[in-house]
Amino acid sequence: MSELGASLVDIGYMDTLAAGSTPLHRLDPRAKLLTTALFIVAVVSFGKYEVSALLPFLLYPVYLAAEGRLPARYLFKKVLLVSPFAVMVGIFNPFFDGGVLLRVGHLGVSGGWVSFASILLRFLLTVSAALALLALTGINSICEGLLRLGAPRAFVVQLLFLNRYLFSLAAETENMTRARALRSAGKRGMRFGVFIQILGHLLLKTLDRAERVYRAMLARGFDGHIRVTRGYKIGRRELLFFFCWTALFALFRFVNLPVMLGQAVTGLLK
Amino acid sequence: MHMADALISPAVGGTMWAVSGGLIAYSAKKVREEADDRKIPLMGVLGAFIFAAQMINFTIPGTGSSGHLGGGMILAILLGPWSAFLALASVLTVQALFFADGGLLALGCNILNMGFFTCFFAYPLVYKKITGGSLDKKRVMIGAVTAAVIGLQLGAFGVVVETLASGISELPFKTFVLLMQPIHLGIGVVEGLVTAGVVSFMLKARPEILAAAAQRQPIGVSVKGALAGLAAAAVLTGAALSWFASANPDGLEWAMLRTSGREELESSGKLHGLLGALQAKTAFLPDYGFRKPEEAPAAPDGEGAPAPAWPAVDAGTSVAGLVGGISTLLMTGLIGFALRRGKAAA
Repeated sequence: MSELGASLVDIGYMDTLAAGSTPLHRLDPRAKLLTTALFIVAVVSFGKYEVSALLPFLLYPVYLAAEGRLPARYLFKKVLLVSPFAVMVGIFNPFFDGGVLLRVGHLGVSGGWVSFASILLRFLLTVSAALALLALTGINSICEGLLRLGAPRAFVVQLLFLNRYLFSLAAETENMTRARALRSAGKRGMRFGVFIQILGHLLLKTLDRAERVYRAMLARGFDGHIRVTRGYKIGRRELLFFFCWTALFALFRFVNLPVMLGQAVTGLLK
Repeated sequence: MHMADALISPAVGGTMWAVSGGLIAYSAKKVREEADDRKIPLMGVLGAFIFAAQMINFTIPGTGSSGHLGGGMILAILLGPWSAFLALASVLTVQALFFADGGLLALGCNILNMGFFTCFFAYPLVYKKITGGSLDKKRVMIGAVTAAVIGLQLGAFGVVVETLASGISELPFKTFVLLMQPIHLGIGVVEGLVTAGVVSFMLKARPEILAAAAQRQPIGVSVKGALAGLAAAAVLTGAALSWFASANPDGLEWAMLRTSGREELESSGKLHGLLGALQAKTAFLPDYGFRKPEEAPAAPDGEGAPAPAWPAVDAGTSVAGLVGGISTLLMTGLIGFALRRGKAAA
């Protein structure tokens, strides 16, 4: 229950963030989508033992969060909370890969721990960039961007509908489960039979709602096509954003700046 | 069972994106051909239903754990494979965007694992075959459970194959399979029971909806179509992976090591020397002490694999990496802080 409420608040909050008005918010969604896609590909294209070369990539999500005035702590917490899958699969690496790969003083670090650290870093980078993309753009603009990048209209329309009815159906679900909880006098678990009844009724309500939505759409002249408004264009800012970041990603990808920096620093100390 | 970006390679992620994207485009075309206006809002609202339904948990008797609806099979039964696939793909996309549940690059993998196997394999080839279009309660029950189990087993196996093909995880094939398949056997049985329960509920409450759905779908997928799709996906994957492997200089170096015993052939002659020097200057990835172990070939079954011989560790590079890494972090933090301060002042 609390999970449901929290998810709703989360989605609502992301929409609120997306309604911001920084230059990054106003950027054409295509520029942000493509740049973020490039970023993710660059990050995951490293070998599995790479840690240091991944660090400069933090600049992108940090820039998006700072320049777009996003609440960094909130985003970071979300990254920590989501998807334990990567951590669960990654935690096995230290067990299967015990060769010493890295030596700091007398401390030997095995390859498994290095690759596990790499997985965690990749996870942080890709997830924070994706969250920042959504928080800066909003689902409606992302859909418009996808459409203009050639995604099938039927699919984009799906996404828009899904986003629109998520809230009303989730509220419906919350009412139903709360009503059950109140009547079951503190019993926490839900029996299977009750679960099926609630699910079935939710489905009936859903189908009725779909029918009402359809009629309302017909009444407003729906002819099988959904028109998405246009309001964006690729201008100088978009090109600047895209090409600057592409150049930076290329630099980060092919030159290990932290190692160069570290060598310079340790060289000076000698 | 959502896969994350952190665990996949661009080759695997890109291939799965291409395959899923093609399936989405084809499904969108099929849905348009059906020309059923009514279905457009129905698909969207049912997608939202899956979301809402996943938020209700029930207690699995005797275990203390809880289960919920996955939803793919119900969508397929109510909407038919094409529309169900589109609706599921949109659900997964929203999960990836809003909840960071499964990454953006891994989205292709997730759509394939959870959408394709359910809509284009388990539904037409298992559920439809068992129920034979009838709405008999027992048949629906058997069909739904079998189809859900098979769909989830294939999906879980997809996760294993895609993860191992990416080569980021060290899990041996056998261990991974033994981890994934039994868990998803349980999940599949629960999913099947829930699906069957909801279908029986609908049969009692609004039989006409299911009757219409069952009739509407002889246009569905043919066995041949689904298998051809699967074969095409397999070939595409293989092609993309082998292309990537051979285009990857690391793989080449490794092959060199295996065949000649040396990592790089010694270059002879002036031209070679010149090219070598040029290459060393322009090398995208100079050989750090870090990189070599990556080429240690993963033993295919992971059993009795000898620990790969580790090259001598260059402590200098390690320390430089640490120092540089920490400095980079500090600098990134400072840039973020400065940007924020500049904004606040403005």
